[in-house]
Amino acid sequence: MKAFLILEDGTVFEGTHIGADKEIISEIVFNTSMAGYLEVLTDPSYAGQAVCMTYPLIGNYGVCKDDCESRKPWPDGFIVRELSRIPSNFRQDMTIQEYLESNDVPGIAGIDTRALTKILREKGTMNGMITTNENYNVDDIIPKLKAYTTGKVVEKVTCDNKYEIKGVSSLEENGPLSGSASFNKEAYENGIREKKPALVKELNGKGKKVALLDLGAKKNIADSLAARGCDVTVYPAGTSAKAILADAPDGIMLSNGPGDPKECTGIIAEIKKLYDSDVPIFAICLGHQLMALATGADTYKLKYGHRGGNHPVKDLQTGRVYISSQNHGYVVDTDKLDKSIAVPAFINVNDGTNEGLAYTGKNIFTVQFHPEACPGPQDSSYLFDRFIDMMNKQEGMEEK
Amino acid sequence: MPKNPNVKKVLVIGSGPIVIGQAAEFDYAGTQACRSLKEEGIEVVLVNSNPATIMTDKDIADKVYIEPLTLEVLEQIIEKEKPDSVLPTLGGQAGLNLGMELAESGFLASHNVALLGTTAKTIKKAEDRLEFKETMEKIGEPCAASLVVENVEDGVEFAKKIGYPVVLRPAYTLGGSGGGIAHNQVELEDILANGLRLSRVGQVLVERCIAGWKEIEYEVMRDSAGNCITVCNMENIDPVGVHTGDSIVVAPSQTLSDKEYQMLRSSALNIISELEITGGCNVQFALHPTSFEYCVIEVNPRVSRSSALASKATGYPIAKVAAKIALGYTLDEIKNAITGKTYASFEPALDYCVVKMPRLPFDKFITAKRTLTTQMKATGEVMSICQNFEGALMKALRSLEQHVDCLRSYDFSDLSAEELKERLKKVDDQRIYVIAEALRKGVDYDTIHEITMIDHWFIDKLAVIVEMEDALEKGPLTVELLKEAKRIEFPDNVIARLTGKTEEEIKKMRYDNGITAAFKMVDTCAAEFEASTPYYYSCFGSECEVVKTNDKKKVLVLGSGPIRIGQGIEFDYCSVHATWAFSKAGYETIIINNNPETVSTDFDIADKLYFEPLTPEDVENIVNIEKPDGAVVQFGGQTAIKLTESLMKMGVPILGTKAEDVDAAEDRELFDKILEETQIPRAAGGTVYTAEEAKEVAHRLGYPVLVRPSYVLGGQGMQIAISDKEIEEFMEIINRIAQDHPILVDKYLQGKELEVDAVCDGTDILIPGIMEHIERTGVHSGDSISVYPAHTVSNKVKETIAEYTRRLAKALHVKGLINIQFIAVGEEVYVIEVNPRSSRTVPYISKVTGIPIVDLATEVIIGKTIKELGYEPGLQKEADYVAIKMPVFSFEKIRGAEISLGPEMKSTGECLGIAKTFNEALYKAFLGAGIDLPKHKQMIITVKDADKGEAIEIGRRFEKLGYTIYATRSTAAALNEAGVKARKVNKIQQESPTVMDLILGHKIDLVIDTPTQGRDKSRDGFLIRRTAIETGVNCITAMDTARALVTSLENAEIKENLTLVDIATIATR
Repeated sequence: MKAFLILEDGTVFEGTHIGADKEIISEIVFNTSMAGYLEVLTDPSYAGQAVCMTYPLIGNYGVCKDDCESRKPWPDGFIVRELSRIPSNFRQDMTIQEYLESNDVPGIAGIDTRALTKILREKGTMNGMITTNENYNVDDIIPKLKAYTTGKVVEKVTCDNKYEIKGVSSLEENGPLSGSASFNKEAYENGIREKKPALVKELNGKGKKVALLDLGAKKNIADSLAARGCDVTVYPAGTSAKAILADAPDGIMLSNGPGDPKECTGIIAEIKKLYDSDVPIFAICLGHQLMALATGADTYKLKYGHRGGNHPVKDLQTGRVYISSQNHGYVVDTDKLDKSIAVPAFINVNDGTNEGLAYTGKNIFTVQFHPEACPGPQDSSYLFDRFIDMMNKQEGMEEK
Repeated sequence: MPKNPNVKKVLVIGSGPIVIGQAAEFDYAGTQACRSLKEEGIEVVLVNSNPATIMTDKDIADKVYIEPLTLEVLEQIIEKEKPDSVLPTLGGQAGLNLGMELAESGFLASHNVALLGTTAKTIKKAEDRLEFKETMEKIGEPCAASLVVENVEDGVEFAKKIGYPVVLRPAYTLGGSGGGIAHNQVELEDILANGLRLSRVGQVLVERCIAGWKEIEYEVMRDSAGNCITVCNMENIDPVGVHTGDSIVVAPSQTLSDKEYQMLRSSALNIISELEITGGCNVQFALHPTSFEYCVIEVNPRVSRSSALASKATGYPIAKVAAKIALGYTLDEIKNAITGKTYASFEPALDYCVVKMPRLPFDKFITAKRTLTTQMKATGEVMSICQNFEGALMKALRSLEQHVDCLRSYDFSDLSAEELKERLKKVDDQRIYVIAEALRKGVDYDTIHEITMIDHWFIDKLAVIVEMEDALEKGPLTVELLKEAKRIEFPDNVIARLTGKTEEEIKKMRYDNGITAAFKMVDTCAAEFEASTPYYYSCFGSECEVVKTNDKKKVLVLGSGPIRIGQGIEFDYCSVHATWAFSKAGYETIIINNNPETVSTDFDIADKLYFEPLTPEDVENIVNIEKPDGAVVQFGGQTAIKLTESLMKMGVPILGTKAEDVDAAEDRELFDKILEETQIPRAAGGTVYTAEEAKEVAHRLGYPVLVRPSYVLGGQGMQIAISDKEIEEFMEIINRIAQDHPILVDKYLQGKELEVDAVCDGTDILIPGIMEHIERTGVHSGDSISVYPAHTVSNKVKETIAEYTRRLAKALHVKGLINIQFIAVGEEVYVIEVNPRSSRTVPYISKVTGIPIVDLATEVIIGKTIKELGYEPGLQKEADYVAIKMPVFSFEKIRGAEISLGPEMKSTGECLGIAKTFNEALYKAFLGAGIDLPKHKQMIITVKDADKGEAIEIGRRFEKLGYTIYATRSTAAALNEAGVKARKVNKIQQESPTVMDLILGHKIDLVIDTPTQGRDKSRDGFLIRRTAIETGVNCITAMDTARALVTSLENAEIKENLTLVDIATIATR
């Protein structure tokens, strides 16, 4: 079946329909990761957006449920150049076509994704429609497209109820350490697939209680902490600071999430209260932006955002450069930053935009990129250890 | 971290002659690095024995030494030039080994010279099998169970413990020389003994066989501050077991999920960090296909063939960045030259699919085994880019120029499904065609996968191509089907063949329906940032991104495609220089080429680079968009020449010599007419199509005769026949491939072979010099030792040659370059062959005479005259130096290849000896080619009857040098009778000790074995030669070469006092 992608500027791409049979309007963004399409699809930060993958061959290794970063795919639509006819991977559970259909996500394939990317790069992120209606009328559609906003999407993606993820009590529970996996023929023939390899070599977070505010959290944030031994309690985005602090966490983690940070006025107010407590805080992406807004800084929208697995960020504390996983359309404005409150801790090497803040006189640091990776490079996973160190230090202070 | 201020003068070590496993990629890397160093104001001293390279140009480095790459020579250069640093990581394994030796011997430290980039300690950790294994164990990175052994017994014992098959990898060798897989003890003993001998340190790794696992490579960069990135990852379609240089490789990986991709990426970064590499590095992994188990196969702590490929596949200039890192810069300080917006610390994101295919030399070595193993055999490679895998594969196929253009190009249709399954077990260069036929016969993916271990995803992609072939054959050809066929890059001629239409009809149908190629940019960032470098590839069904450029005159420079025997790096040298010259003259330059190893495909050589197959259709797509004012074909070897006619049909004027004149030189009848008009003699001959006709001509001329196809390079298919039977055999071989042109049969003349390259402006000619071949006629000019200036012919002969060159160039209306080969029999000069184009001797003659031939030819093509360019026409005064070009072979890499020299070219590369005297130049040339004698002072002579007289003279000279001579029965008799003491050894089938035992005993320096006239059918001679080569013994098959060698050895005292020549001081004339 034919499908069409119609953009706010009147551009129409004709392709083939994939996924669920429905028409959607959404904000069109692109992601430059070459692998990891499933992690992209299941990243809640894409709620309210339709994602175009710039890598042209998608679906090659099918869908492995283990790799999902949340319970379902969040983008409103999926835009690809070519979907593989067959998936090929020892862990694959289904094809990407089946996955999109069963989760009611429509999409379009066979379009010139590079041409689309260039439009978004030049004109900035814009809204668009994916439809299978061949009799579309662009003039009627454009006003609808212009009217679309992602709105308060955090509410849509956060968990309904608080829940707990127990930290591992031994490293073995994490599965084989990366590099130590060993093929077991018998298990394989019995349908058992090896667990994905773990990176963690030390249970430095054992016994630590971490409160994770779920603003649309990717699963690997909690997993990264639990794998280090932390007990993680996940709270819905609407939870009050008071309720979180009442549980006496050793540290608070603010997650990634979708949408315009300024829409989250209620959450920002609660985060200010968390800031005022002395509990160590580590925040990622939306959490990082909300902490900045809560402490008087400003955010603005990037022309077309950073979405991919290849952005260099520089740790200003050490001067080291790491390749990071990124997915954000908004960024903290460091020009207006009050240095007595926070100073830049990371910058993007390419465009110099802010990638992280260290809060003055506080046990708080926040990053714009994704140390939990999935998809993308694992280079900055050391930040979880830095967070645990911070909790340990805080504990040492309190004992004194 | 800013640049290290202590680095002011750097010695860059090149990789030497082109051999299998070490090809043009190091000229690319070295050139890029030298330019990058000069950009920083560093004085660059370059040493490389290979004169065909661009890096040995004086505009690339400040001081250029085309000298043998030996420790002694390097030490001498360091003493003379006093560089403060040495950069060894850009010259391949050869350069790295030399850098290591300099550091290990303490020479660098005692001369206050620093090793730039990666340290000696790091190199040792990465290259020494044991240290590497220990390092990997320390950081928890797995290696296959393995043991380094120094003798065969230990190897046998270890293999018993871990079980067969086992893989054998000798330490410190190129392209896996001497390695292999042993399935049992007999094979193990054989391969291991050989590997121990070839290893520089006498070590071989015996390891668990991981054949069949996915082979994945990562190209990584690290700076001195510890920042690391991966430039690219690549997946080999052929699983572990086939050397990555011989595998079909795709970038980025296609069948890895993010979990596997990142697991291996993190591992690669762990490894490069632990090894503390600064610069570029290649890490190879084996990944179990159904688990997360992986092994690190090896690490190359330097730029490599794979890094050249990764650079071209992504647009990330690895060598350039590696050079900057060596100077102390960190990745976040180095700008990405493609985008101008991002930095070198940014990982490239691809939005296309890249396929690399090896160019294997089995068309040259018909007796060789086609099996692919861990020993690399490819001489070169092609790369192609498309939006889909099928298209990239189809483009790569036709870029190979090996008569293949789709998956039906090899016919296995007579095999049944069962037979095909059997055939699939054979791992060779035809495997994808066998898979295609198996798919046609309904063999399922699982079965094919189980036999080949090739991933299902790739099998499915081959199936897509097979299905398209079937759909086209079945018809009808709808617009939709045509669109789909073009999307996966079926060329018009294949569609025409399958649909029974003509190519013109297909083209018309495409144009009528708006199905035309679009061009996309390679920008390192998947369009995320605006890029300024016009590096393009084609695809169908997309928007075209080519930017309309200014109103400068546009010239199309056609490259020379993959490196193969007979068409090597020298044509890239010519293409690049022509491009620069056109650019200087104010032209906009456009290069089309498909070879990722070359300088010409670097993104900043031409104004625009199209990475495309060099077929008429692919070129026409570019012509349609660019509408060039002209094209030059005379610099790109036969690949470009072959496109002449098509370009003219497209309405593109050929700049320089006209197509009809090129034809006249190749067409026997037209050429004979020209010779008659100009009164130049040539060997009598005729043109034929069939064996019957050939025999008729041969009878008329009398044997021996030369038989060869027209329009080929490097004497492909050329043979000397001495009987009807041989004519029949050769004609059969030549006619296996349909010939568009007649076959030539000429009287074989024995004399001195001479060669000139000249520039002609239509009126005047300029001959930089005359070269003389050491080997008499019958040995291909590319395989001959070539001496400039000609040293044994009279002035009269030289004058005649100059005169004939002038007449021929004029008669052929040459505008630009011409290459002519002559035979001098006494004072009589005959012409053998005229090529109105660049040749393999152009770079070397330019460098030694200081006359920039390619630049002059380009100026002449544009319209200048030789006089206007300030040159006196005619034969130029001889230079002050003697330069001797020595061919270099890769026979040890190609099992079963016949090594004896003949009219068909077999060498893969060359080196140069340059000095004030003939003897010193000759000595240097042999040394540069790796012939460093004497060692044991024992040799074997076994020659055919006709050579016995010369064998006596040569044997006597070797005897005088203290050599013990062994000889087979009749040769020994002849020698002893003439008073040259020779010990008789038995032939192979006789009782031990035989000649083979002697060779295998490793106490032999040299074998002189001349094959019986024509093709040697005696297995004896063939076996002796092969055994010598495979055990690392020098083997000479022509008496002239042997004589040259003994002359060189008689002058061995030169070794103690070599004079170094900085060719940058040879004045441009």
